[in-house]
Amino acid sequence: MEPTTLNPEQPKLTSKDLVTDQDIRWCPGCGDYSILKQVQTVIPELGIPRENIVFVSGIGCSSRFPYYMETYGMHSIHGRATAIVSGLKASRSDLSVWMVTGDGDALSIGGNHFIHILRRNFNVNILLFNNEIYGLTKGQYSPTSEEGKITKSTPMGSVDHPFNPIALAMGADATFVARSMDRDPVHLKEMLRKAAAHKGTSFLEIYQNCNVFNDGAFEIYTEKSSKKQETLFAEHGKPLVFGANNEKGIRLDGFRPVVVELTEGLSVDDLWVHDETDRVKAGILGRFFDNPRKMEEHYPRPFGVFYTEQRYCYEDAMQAQLDEALSKKGPGKLDSLLSGRETWVIN
Amino acid sequence: MMEKNTDILSQVIIKFAGDSGDGMQLTGTQFTNTAALFGNDLSTFPDFPAEIRAPQGTLAGVSGYQLHFGSVNIYSPGDTCDVLVVMNAAALKANLRHLKQGGTIIANSDGFDPKNLRLANFADGKNPIEDGSLDKYRLITIDVTKMTRTALAESGLGTKEIDRAKNMFVLGFLYWMYNRSLDNSIKFLEEKFSKKKEILDANIKVLKAGYHFGDTSETFTTRYEVNPAPMPPGIYRNIMGNQGTAMGLIAASQKSGLPLFYGTYPITPASDILHELAKHKNFGVKTFQAEDEIAAICSVIGAAFGGSLGVTASSGPGIALKGEAMGLALMLELPLLIINVQRGGPSTGLPTKTEQSDLMQALYGRNGEAPMPVVAASSPADCFEMVFEACRIAIEFMTPVIFLSDGYIANGAEPWRFPLASSLPEIKVSFAKEKNGDRYLPYKRDEKLSRPWALPGTKGLEHRIGGLEKQHETGNISYEPENHEFMVRMREAKTEKVADYIPLQTIDNGTAKGKLLVLGWGSTYGAIKTAVVQARAEGYDVSHAHLKYIKPFPKNLGELLYNYEKILIPEMNTGQLIKIIRDKYLVPAIGLNKIQGLPFSAGEIRNKITELFN
Repeated sequence: MEPTTLNPEQPKLTSKDLVTDQDIRWCPGCGDYSILKQVQTVIPELGIPRENIVFVSGIGCSSRFPYYMETYGMHSIHGRATAIVSGLKASRSDLSVWMVTGDGDALSIGGNHFIHILRRNFNVNILLFNNEIYGLTKGQYSPTSEEGKITKSTPMGSVDHPFNPIALAMGADATFVARSMDRDPVHLKEMLRKAAAHKGTSFLEIYQNCNVFNDGAFEIYTEKSSKKQETLFAEHGKPLVFGANNEKGIRLDGFRPVVVELTEGLSVDDLWVHDETDRVKAGILGRFFDNPRKMEEHYPRPFGVFYTEQRYCYEDAMQAQLDEALSKKGPGKLDSLLSGRETWVIN
Repeated sequence: MMEKNTDILSQVIIKFAGDSGDGMQLTGTQFTNTAALFGNDLSTFPDFPAEIRAPQGTLAGVSGYQLHFGSVNIYSPGDTCDVLVVMNAAALKANLRHLKQGGTIIANSDGFDPKNLRLANFADGKNPIEDGSLDKYRLITIDVTKMTRTALAESGLGTKEIDRAKNMFVLGFLYWMYNRSLDNSIKFLEEKFSKKKEILDANIKVLKAGYHFGDTSETFTTRYEVNPAPMPPGIYRNIMGNQGTAMGLIAASQKSGLPLFYGTYPITPASDILHELAKHKNFGVKTFQAEDEIAAICSVIGAAFGGSLGVTASSGPGIALKGEAMGLALMLELPLLIINVQRGGPSTGLPTKTEQSDLMQALYGRNGEAPMPVVAASSPADCFEMVFEACRIAIEFMTPVIFLSDGYIANGAEPWRFPLASSLPEIKVSFAKEKNGDRYLPYKRDEKLSRPWALPGTKGLEHRIGGLEKQHETGNISYEPENHEFMVRMREAKTEKVADYIPLQTIDNGTAKGKLLVLGWGSTYGAIKTAVVQARAEGYDVSHAHLKYIKPFPKNLGELLYNYEKILIPEMNTGQLIKIIRDKYLVPAIGLNKIQGLPFSAGEIRNKITELFN
């Protein structure tokens, strides 16, 4: 069953209808505010009654999110929201289910459930707020913090190699993989719409600035002075261009991506055209993950939909088996179940 | 053919033992089903190694199946066996101590060749079936392998396939010995091998060969008859504990009208519940094999939030992993059932052996003060009844409930006078449809201290719940000191409130006042029952009460206990229930503890009873 859409007769939902009476407890200036606003803007466009929407989260700053959405919601335990939404969606395919998580919640303590929900492909939307730090526990490095990161728990620098969430999701056979950022509301709204429209598990990584414990982690992608040089907005069917005046692009030399200047006798026609249904190329694009703080030549960081495919959803296949059993055997009769096949009588 | 005599026996205990690849579980189950259909009362105890196929012929690889059947009431699989069937030397070595003095050994002589003797650690050149060391028993040796190969010489099957039918020869021989019809097993084989005609024919041929061997061989002059048992009139079936649990869950789903969602992760000895439930999708049952124990319970929490009857099952190690999520379910106050089919611990412990050592874990094994109702089944058939009760409590009180079973009753079998579906009580469910205040108050309580259940999809009742401490009634996050204390006490009071809605404790056997009460819980029921019946017959003033509701206890328990001079509490642990009983009722209860991965024998309890009277 598809999530029920709003009866056209009913008054249209507005973003104000999604605001709760709870005081928001995120630190002033936190990137979460922008994400909440964009979600509250996009949801009314979907035409789903708010009683049919559920937001589920784990633990962490981002996981406070459900308290601020006037829908059904659950603030669960660390890393397990993925498993909770799996059970919810498996039993209630009529609901529009959203999961809010963070880099620690989804990729560290909840890493196992994260990869399994992606392969099972429940029709839910996962929003991963990646701030590359543990905020709620006051500033330890996270599984996405860069090598050498100095934090309270790593005074001499982190020796952990970080996860690349996009590559991880691709590796787990996710059917929708995208990235956006808190400071680009237009792009974020576009990605939220696409995630909502995708049938299957939509994985949207959102770069989110933690202005208290990891301020400026994504500055290079968000600040005017560097954004155009350092980001690559990939759009389906369009060449991969970037730079202050779109003067740069990516070419594929075999399987090797090459950054080229369009001024050197090359035109956009020579560039790699993004195809979000091409798994191999999406894998290459997802690997554009150099540490931007290193000054040597590197690839720009891609944003947009890396990859999408249509694959059956777990809850539909599960229901199909129930329907098949029902049509083959008829509705279960409790008396026949209790008696079994072999009985005897004692007089 | 020579004349054969028939002796009538009131009860017999047979133990089938062989290599884990010898098909002893199947042989035992087949004999059990035939005995049950015949009308005998019975109780069984499968005893298998943790390894699927331990090295052939070794002691580690011995798999056993004990069956106690009779024309009298049977409460336990019995202490020592009358007949020991051994397919090899290791099976003899591992089980001889369980055979009565003068009991019968049926040995497959081919399993006592030098290689098997060496693997079973018998001294060089020593063969127990030839050296007279078994003279105090009645020893019957049959070369089962040779007989089977001869019977199937023309079958065209390979030696490996032929040898696999050996167990059918033994089964056929025992059917002859106990005067049983082959029909039930032939019917079973026809279904099992419906698509493999040559294997089916071979098995039936060997089964009959075993039967005819008894009939024609001059060695065997006596057959035995065990008449049907005097059981209450009705229709019976055979039931195993895990099967009963699975059926109880489906019954609770039907009687509550809630779809059953069963999220679990495979673990011994709980997995058979999953296997059983997965067969019944036409009852609307959804089974979800999650990626781990934590995901299993969390998926169930999600399903319960959506309005399903959410159930998860595991054994001790898995329950440990589920602990945090159990606490969440408690805070959310959602109905949920957690099944623990206990096994020997700690850690990985004894996966295939039984123990009652997770009672403290069930009562206290979570962070913070996280009380939840705990019930325990006392026999395979009781699994049905108590799991149904557990579901009722979970739904009526909006709480997670723990149901305790163990490896012994999970895999054991007994006859069951199953109920009619119409005789089972309805479980009342009422979903919130309207606001219960100016706004919806998710934690506003009713007379049971239970909160309303508003499902996603219900207009106007949108609300958020979570694991953080919440304000009374509104459910809003609250760190207020007084509110926290109030809520902690409220959750405890709610759990205790269940006592108003469960039956009072009864005496199973004996008198309401007396010298000694044996107080048990869980799977020790059969052994205690047998021991107390025997002791009372000999004039001892001893009674038996068996607890099924452990959190909360039935309201009259204290009063009941004060009527006895002494209280004996047998447990398959170092003494867990006893701590709670002493703490709550301040009675000087005496413990009897066995921690060997094996159930009590009635004799062990009997001895303790006698000792307490001396």
